[in-house]
Amino acid sequence: MASVLHPGLILVFAGVALGLLHGRARAALALAAPLAAIGILLWVGEGVHWSGRYLGIEVTPYAVDALSRLFALIFAIMAFGGALYALGQPSRLELPAAFVYAGSAIGAALAGDLLTLFVCWELMALGSTLVIWSAGTAPAWAASRRYLAVHLLGGVLLLAGIAGHVSETGSVAFVRMALDSPAHWLILAGFLVNAGAPPLSAWLPDAYPEASWSGTVFLSAFTTKTAVYVLLRGFPGTEILVWVGLFMVFYGIVYALLENDMRRILAYSIVNQVGFMIAGIGIGTELALNGAAAHAFTHILYKALLLMSAGAVLLQAGRRKCSELGGLFRTMPFTTACGTIGALAISCFPLTSGFVSKSMISQAAANEHLLWVWLALAAASAGVFLHAGIKFPWFVFFQKDSGLRPPEPPLNMRLAMGLFAALCIGLGVFYQPLYALLPFKAEYVPYTGAHVVVQLELLLFSGLAFFVMLPMLRRTLTITLDLDWFYRVFANRLVAGSTVLLGLASGTVQSWIQAAGAAIRAGAQRHHGLDGVLARTWSTGGMVLWVALLLAGYLLVYYL
Amino acid sequence: MLEHLPALQVVVPLAAAPLIVLLRRPRVAWLLASAAALFAFVAALVLAAEVASTGAISYHLGSWPPPWGIEYRVDALSAFVLVLVAGVGAVVMPYAWRSIPAELPRDQHYLFYALQCLCLAGLLGMTITGDAFNVFVFMEVASLSMYVLIALGRDRRALLAAYQYLILGTIGATFYVIGVGLLYLLTGTLNIADLAQRLPELAGSRPALAALAFITVGVSLKLALFPLHLWLPNAYAYAPSVVTAFLAATATKVSVYVLLRFYFGVFGARQVVESLPVTGILIGLSVVAIVTASLVALWQADFKRLLAYSSVAQIGYITLGIGIANESGLTATVLHLFNHGVTKGALFLLVGGIALRAGGAGFEQLRGLGRAMPLTSLGITLAGLSLIGVPGTAGFISKWYLVLGALQAGQWWLAALVVATSLIAVAYVWRFVEAAYLSAPDERSAPAGEAPRVMLIASWLAVGACFWFGIDTAYTVEGARRAALFMLGGLP
Repeated sequence: MASVLHPGLILVFAGVALGLLHGRARAALALAAPLAAIGILLWVGEGVHWSGRYLGIEVTPYAVDALSRLFALIFAIMAFGGALYALGQPSRLELPAAFVYAGSAIGAALAGDLLTLFVCWELMALGSTLVIWSAGTAPAWAASRRYLAVHLLGGVLLLAGIAGHVSETGSVAFVRMALDSPAHWLILAGFLVNAGAPPLSAWLPDAYPEASWSGTVFLSAFTTKTAVYVLLRGFPGTEILVWVGLFMVFYGIVYALLENDMRRILAYSIVNQVGFMIAGIGIGTELALNGAAAHAFTHILYKALLLMSAGAVLLQAGRRKCSELGGLFRTMPFTTACGTIGALAISCFPLTSGFVSKSMISQAAANEHLLWVWLALAAASAGVFLHAGIKFPWFVFFQKDSGLRPPEPPLNMRLAMGLFAALCIGLGVFYQPLYALLPFKAEYVPYTGAHVVVQLELLLFSGLAFFVMLPMLRRTLTITLDLDWFYRVFANRLVAGSTVLLGLASGTVQSWIQAAGAAIRAGAQRHHGLDGVLARTWSTGGMVLWVALLLAGYLLVYYL
Repeated sequence: MLEHLPALQVVVPLAAAPLIVLLRRPRVAWLLASAAALFAFVAALVLAAEVASTGAISYHLGSWPPPWGIEYRVDALSAFVLVLVAGVGAVVMPYAWRSIPAELPRDQHYLFYALQCLCLAGLLGMTITGDAFNVFVFMEVASLSMYVLIALGRDRRALLAAYQYLILGTIGATFYVIGVGLLYLLTGTLNIADLAQRLPELAGSRPALAALAFITVGVSLKLALFPLHLWLPNAYAYAPSVVTAFLAATATKVSVYVLLRFYFGVFGARQVVESLPVTGILIGLSVVAIVTASLVALWQADFKRLLAYSSVAQIGYITLGIGIANESGLTATVLHLFNHGVTKGALFLLVGGIALRAGGAGFEQLRGLGRAMPLTSLGITLAGLSLIGVPGTAGFISKWYLVLGALQAGQWWLAALVVATSLIAVAYVWRFVEAAYLSAPDERSAPAGEAPRVMLIASWLAVGACFWFGIDTAYTVEGARRAALFMLGGLP
């Protein structure tokens, strides 16, 4: 039974129906459809459920194994939580678009072939663009266009790669690929664009914070995590991913520390967290891959929770800058508690979900004797605690009293936050069900004395650093000052320094690219625009001249 | 009756034209023209089915055996093109029922229907005949009627467009007939199959090369290959809506077919592909066509003209497949000939509805069209997806084979170009979406109200075909592949 129904299609169709429904029926469908998808995903057996032939190639649009089930499941859970949270969203477009977005993400996770994956990939780009756009503001409109442009570019790279792959192998089955041909490089590049990897990381913090208070919650979950999923399946153990991942980790930290907009801080933190996962994929051992998969699962939950609390603040207080917020714990204690739980989870505090997943990646690096990688990951963990674990809740909920006294958000939003907070804690304590879902057999034990003590020390020292340096942090917001206080001072300086340089360099390169783009556009418009030489109506004589020239050219070339 | 079907395929629409002129009454004229078009479509389908089951059909006009008499030949390639031309011819007739009265004065209706029948007969004749000079005759029948059809447009600029097309079309036809004349002098035959047998021994001779050059340039003019496309945008933009839709979907496509016939059926793949730089030049011109025409389309102020320039770019994709000249490339050419015909037909039919309601299709008139004409706007957006080449649409199938062909030929950059230029198509289709759905209507916008129902039904049939042939590819891909293999028969 379950193999007849495709959970992704259920959400896509539900999204279309949501566009037509109103009131209670709409709310009921928005909650029932993701629950149905979750149910199917729990029940459906492994194997290929749908297959067919298209263009003479075997396609399998619905194939389930442990890895695809894990990702499809968390996407469905996310769709449920997001829908519950967004019930009060006045925009008529956002929830339908988000459902199409979530459904196509599930479709991508269940795609057994690259063509289906590509279709879902493009549908995701469309759905997410509409989610951003439905915020209805001018910056959101502009951001959605930039966002779409980047993703269409990614889609083009991917499609070109898939075509190359098919012409080489004659099959579109989505299997592990080696970087041995231009086609596979193109596919990897297409995947990495969606992951927010350099040099195109900027689309993510550019676009996500411009969505509505509920839109950002949806956006945080699907695009980057689908990219993690396809990398896990297509390119495990590809070494370059370790370095791409580490770059993203520090890119996210540096910019998040410099940032003032609370949701942009969290958006940079997505890049940072996805960096951990990609580094894990690059390490490529069973433990590392399990860690990356588990981390994607837990990250969706706590990042959604963080963005839900930020969205609640935005909705109730109408401010998004850290410098304008503060002291909200007085009137929003529940939101504060949920935001804090999310912050603890992202910092990998023991007994939260982040701890049971991320420590797997670090342990995998240690097992492989990748000293520098391990050191960088450890330093980055402290950095995460600084920017997301303390900076976000401290400046938004505590700190000085901003004088704002917003009430708690409506019940459905509190329920959604409560549910995800419970999941963050629950998975931190009872991690066995999560480990059972992982693609490889997990023999990892997170709660050993060493793991817990190391993590606590790390958090303690970086927490100390934050509060000691608080006055300076607020005044100058420089990077080296607070990173100095880590107990691995030297490594940090090196990495952070180079990251800042790389970041600045990529900023410069981006402005060059923009200038060059503008020049090309102007030149193209001069010749191709309405009055350009190529678009004008020519005189008949001019046209005939071309005919004569071409004939002469052909004769000349043939005779020679 | 059935054995004479190849002749009837052309004779019925040809005979309908003078009948219409004699009877003159608009209603009767429409009825006759529709019946002829419908008959042609059914005949084409029957012929295609027969070719698929029993192989090529050779029909000897007046029972004179070739090479003395004129031979009509239906094979894998021509059957495919016949179905496209006759199909589009049949779909535009119900559309014309409402569209023509809105655009032409009553006393010109019968002229339109007569010319439409002549044009259809000419295009079908060009496709079905197996005689090189007969191709010229039908080319003239089709072209002369096209000049007048274009000149019927309401806009006075239609006259200039028709005049320019007349001059260039005549030059094209003349070049073609010069080429055929040279071949006749060399070989003493006009039958295409016969030419193909006798030409190889004379292949390197100068008259043969000159013939190839004249035919290439002449036919390139007809199919609007860059830089010989200059007649096309105005002709498409100012002709009556039905005419634009019919011509865009069929006329250039039949010319591509003639080019394929001569390259692969007469001169032979060996000479064209291997010993002369034909394919290199074709690839170069196609690439320029794709890039420049797409960019020009991007900045057009009128949606109909935008689509006309987009046609020039799409023809570039079609000829690119010829240039690549392997099985996938030629499959892509034949497929795109069909799929683009369907797609552009749908788009021009829908734009005709807008022109009817708003008096034109400038972008300022499209503002807020999503509310004023929801079905038309949705149709254009969906057909636009096929124009871009989104998976699940017909446009995707042909581009997919084109990319595969480029990769199999080892031309990575061509594959990248095909995929990347789709982004320009995204941009120009987006311009419509932006105007129709995201702009507030103002006083210049089209007034509320859908296009007449028959026009919508005809248009949506074509839109449906864009998706049908994107999902069920059995007929198109199989037909195109057979045609490609048939053409490459000369290659090892």
